[in-house]
Amino acid sequence: MKRVAAYRTPYPGTQPNHLHPPYVSSIKRAPAKPQVPIPYTLSEVTGPLFGPEMVAPKASDLTRAHSGEPLGERIIVSGRVLDENSRALANTVVEIWQANAAGRYRHEVDQHNAPLDPNFTGSGQAVTDAEGRYRFVTIRPGEYPWRNHYNAWRAAHIHFSLFGPAFATRLVTQMYFPGDPLMPFDPIFNCTADEKARNRLISSFDWETTMPEHALGYRFDIILRGREATPMEV
Amino acid sequence: MSLQATTSQTVGPFFKIGLEWLYRDNLVGEGVSGERVIIQGRVFDGDGVPVPDAILETWQANAHGKYAHPEDTQDKPLECGFKGYGRVPVNAEGRFRLTTIKPGPVPGPDGNEQAPHLLVSVFMRGVLRRLVTRIYFPDEPRNAADFILNLVEPARRSTLIAKKTAGAPGTLEWNVVLQGPDETVFFDLGL
Repeated sequence: MKRVAAYRTPYPGTQPNHLHPPYVSSIKRAPAKPQVPIPYTLSEVTGPLFGPEMVAPKASDLTRAHSGEPLGERIIVSGRVLDENSRALANTVVEIWQANAAGRYRHEVDQHNAPLDPNFTGSGQAVTDAEGRYRFVTIRPGEYPWRNHYNAWRAAHIHFSLFGPAFATRLVTQMYFPGDPLMPFDPIFNCTADEKARNRLISSFDWETTMPEHALGYRFDIILRGREATPMEV
Repeated sequence: MSLQATTSQTVGPFFKIGLEWLYRDNLVGEGVSGERVIIQGRVFDGDGVPVPDAILETWQANAHGKYAHPEDTQDKPLECGFKGYGRVPVNAEGRFRLTTIKPGPVPGPDGNEQAPHLLVSVFMRGVLRRLVTRIYFPDEPRNAADFILNLVEPARRSTLIAKKTAGAPGTLEWNVVLQGPDETVFFDLGL
């Protein structure tokens, strides 16, 4: 018997259901049939690994991608990537993307009539260090309207994408900002039933990483799924 | 002490900004062994309308059935031109296209080999946490005994098996159908 140790099943309510009707796009895109539970195999506990050689050091500074400085409030977003067993995840790629300070994405599909910023692309990559730390320099993204319902606005957010050590640990999420008045009305922020889990998507203002005369710091720790100690029975 | 995994959120419609730098639609580097295949298909929503803003990621073993990952301790060769990771967005018509090789068999949970397969993660606007599925290969005798395929009700297994394309050897078709009678089988890994 070749059994592999599984990754942990999330605590109920801490991950979104596929169907969340207040988020209208989920209605025609959420699978309707139950998903088929399967045991972990070698396929799921392996996964793509990308080391520091993949990412240029300057890729983590979104304010220096162009010749001039982007408009907006400069911020530092940093944190640690850990697994559920509190183990630091070193050498894992963190990808981010975001709107500019006016709430506009540099993307052909974004029709919001806020200005593009010639000095801001909104794309960044970093690799965690030995303690699982990552750090980006960017500008605070603007809130923006969308067409989910009448007068719908997205709370300000930064998209995050992480790999971790296995196919099973892949995570795409969004980071929010403390005190944003739009969060209670944002169906994407609210798609997770468990309030504490939801609120962990909100970064915290951080004096420690705030740079005098330069930029405010926000801290956002990310937890990827952890491994069970023993192989599962099948 | 146990932490809880961060909540998943949708990739949204603008993922190209952040994910394009790692797009990989051709996995086959120089000197890679194995049968070349093009896997192409479309993504459809619950109305049968093509989804223009999805992105697929794939993960697979090389032709020897070896994953480029330290947890794969099998005594099989790695090939430096093959990492096994693909990332392809769909176009405005919901179409994607991936060039790769047919992987070799890898160990399964019952002690037998699994049939050759790719793992697939599907992300898109409206999908709040990724969908996980697999692509198997047509005319593959190992499919009949594959542990994972046999966990799926027989009538739905065909959604996981790519189809040959008439007149185009080496080109396979595999679609993602989000709802309806032909809904693709998605797996629950406790995600």
